[in-house]
Amino acid sequence: MSQTQEPQTEPVAAGRPFWHSPWVKPLARLLALAVVFSYFAVTVKEWRFIEKRNLENVMVQSTVVATAAIGATLVIISGGIDLSVGSLIGLSVITTAWFLKNAPEGAQTPAGVAGYWALLAMLAGVALTTLAGCANGILITSLRIVPFIVTLGSMQVVRGLAKGIANERYIYPPPSWVNKLMEPVLGTSHKWMLLPTGVWIMILGAVLAGLFLRYTRLGRHIFAVGSNEQTARLCGVSLRRTKIVVYMLAGFFAATAGILLYSYLGGTGDLTAGSGYELLVIAAVVIGGGSLRGGEGSIMGTIIGAIIIAVLAAGCVQIGWAKWKQEAVTGGIIIAAVAIDQLRHRRMG
Amino acid sequence: MRGLHKRFGTTVALAGVDLTVQAGEVHGLVGENGAGKSTLMKVLSGAYEPDDGRMWLDGEPYRPRNPLEGRRRGVAMIYQELSLAPHLTVTENILLGIEPTAWGLLSWPQMRRRAAAALGEVGHPEIPTDAIVGHLSMVQQQLVEIARSMATGCRVLVFDEPTSSLAQTDVRCLFDLIRRLKQRQYAVVYISHFLEEVREICDTFTVLRDGQGVGTGLTADAGVNQIISMMVGREVKDLYPRSRRTAGEVLLEIEGLSGQTKPQDASLALRRGEVLGIAGLIGAGRTELMRAIFGLDAVRSGRLRVGRYSGPASPARRWRQGAGFLSEDRKSEGLAQGLSVADNVTLPRLEGLGPWRLVTPSGQDAASRPWIDKLQLKCQSPRQPVTDLSGGNQQKVAVARLLHADVDVLLLDEPTRGIDVGSKAEVYRLIDELARGDESRQPKAILMVSSYLPELLGVCDRIAVMSRGVLSESRPTDQWDERKLMLVATGQE
Repeated sequence: MSQTQEPQTEPVAAGRPFWHSPWVKPLARLLALAVVFSYFAVTVKEWRFIEKRNLENVMVQSTVVATAAIGATLVIISGGIDLSVGSLIGLSVITTAWFLKNAPEGAQTPAGVAGYWALLAMLAGVALTTLAGCANGILITSLRIVPFIVTLGSMQVVRGLAKGIANERYIYPPPSWVNKLMEPVLGTSHKWMLLPTGVWIMILGAVLAGLFLRYTRLGRHIFAVGSNEQTARLCGVSLRRTKIVVYMLAGFFAATAGILLYSYLGGTGDLTAGSGYELLVIAAVVIGGGSLRGGEGSIMGTIIGAIIIAVLAAGCVQIGWAKWKQEAVTGGIIIAAVAIDQLRHRRMG
Repeated sequence: MRGLHKRFGTTVALAGVDLTVQAGEVHGLVGENGAGKSTLMKVLSGAYEPDDGRMWLDGEPYRPRNPLEGRRRGVAMIYQELSLAPHLTVTENILLGIEPTAWGLLSWPQMRRRAAAALGEVGHPEIPTDAIVGHLSMVQQQLVEIARSMATGCRVLVFDEPTSSLAQTDVRCLFDLIRRLKQRQYAVVYISHFLEEVREICDTFTVLRDGQGVGTGLTADAGVNQIISMMVGREVKDLYPRSRRTAGEVLLEIEGLSGQTKPQDASLALRRGEVLGIAGLIGAGRTELMRAIFGLDAVRSGRLRVGRYSGPASPARRWRQGAGFLSEDRKSEGLAQGLSVADNVTLPRLEGLGPWRLVTPSGQDAASRPWIDKLQLKCQSPRQPVTDLSGGNQQKVAVARLLHADVDVLLLDEPTRGIDVGSKAEVYRLIDELARGDESRQPKAILMVSSYLPELLGVCDRIAVMSRGVLSESRPTDQWDERKLMLVATGQE
């Protein structure tokens, strides 16, 4: 009521408390990152935490979660949830590894698998995983079962599928350029790149996804569906199409994350790759300001969320904290992030 | 209540309001949205604390710190949106929070007895105590809510827009109950937008405007026009403008249309430059008819044509075919509350709001600004979330959506529900303007569902009545009056 009685002539910004500004949310995220970061910068001995090498390492460690979380942000904005993200990452790892391992004679060189075949293997991994994500979307929209249940199921199915492809054994393919995606570049001849290729791939994906959300019809539709499905339907938004695309994109970004994880693991087809990642990914989105009720969230926030998690993980190890302490702190930050947003909402209402 | 003040930040919501209600009296509280009615009642119930001023209950100082305390002291609110737990039974709801226990266990026979007694007090012992509340009708739920207030021993009952979701016959039932309450020396405060209701049920009234009481008196002495003038602070002459309209080609035609249950075999034709009203009781199938036309509900059989397009179609298609739908339920369907004004306005037509088929936020703002100005929609900027706005302004957002989509056929379901008189007058003026058209714009065709008969009679060219899923033939408005409409709606004719 207090809003409506304000005279219309009042300038837009005046009389509006600072926490109403749309910039508060992303700025608060940056601030949180700065706090966590400075804490470790100061406490880790000999300023080792802010050495370039270490910073690069933190970025690399955040990349897999961040990449998958881009897709999860879309899902969560649309009001859904994707628990199968970890398994999708695993499927991508295994599929890519399998194709690299089973390269035809012509594609095998003394130095490993030929470049073009590695590209094909990667595309195969991405295609299959995106398809699996698409299946999530189709099941959710046609069976009308809540996403939580559908993806809880597909989490098992997809993991099983990956194990089936790998014949329940780790795959050790010959080396290829895919292995190099996540290799550090500092102190090598590729120093000019500043960050490994994989990190740049994540950043590119984030920028594209951010623009997609903000500047396309489909992007606005995703927000509308998450904010109020009934309204979206009434306004002529196809719920089915929007949701299927969202889960497909979640699959695509999980697949990309999988390729990067494969590279990070040094080119191993790890059967359990990505398990447990679903919670890290959802945590990144939530710390980044995404609301599980839908309609809210930002790619920028999510990426910061993923970096916060990585900074915590790296910092806690270097400071010599036990694993349990690190886990407790991460959990605390998730709850604090949501609590602060709630508080802000209440003030606004 | 004497000299109550309440401020929110820099905004003054209440500036010294006095209010006195006697036992055995029904006191009407009227005023436009944003006048301070809800704030006043929240102060009374304990949801807000006043900044200044004092209250007495039965001569004792009364200053509740929260609604629970207010309830314990005997003040109960019956809100527009009922606060019942839909999955629990009637008994559980009535005794929620005051369950009688024996040895720490619930005493079910005693609970049922007390629930039945409370329902008897309300005058509706026929409501089964073991029924799940979610399965009851709207009016029955309201009765359960009132019974709950009585079971907790409340003496002051505040009704906030109790009839906005009730059909005409249920309104009668509620009024009978309020009269009973009055006889039993309860004090009743009745908040409503419907001045006819206030005139009928209330003994005294207070008009609020801009947080101040601007008039109080006996209802019997005051005329509706006098009360309206007090509410808006100026003379309202033409509440229902109706200019000369010329009917053009048929834009919407349905024949023998049947939905899953309702409507049954409905037929109508709507021309350009025409406002066709559909009267009827709640649950008669009017909304279902609109939804079937718009593709939100399934069509079982019948012919259907919108403009040049025949057959059923999805809502997405309908927008492209030049039809738009305004939902009766702003909260859960009409608007995406968390999104901005601009997002809500532009959602059905995001094309052409930026270069390369993109949608730019500035394009969305620019597209919604003209409608914000035209409808005098009060918001700080197009980026403000809809949830911050008052009911009347929210409705304007929903209307602006139809204007932005520039549709020819407007399906309006209860376009003035829950908005104040000033906003209503603006909606009527807009409907008239759209139906008339001007040099630059062709007239529109408007199909309008409303439960408020004076409004239908004032705005429409023709009116049809729906009763139990069956749509009567439409007749020119001058052949109807409220009594005839009610006779057909209740199936007497």
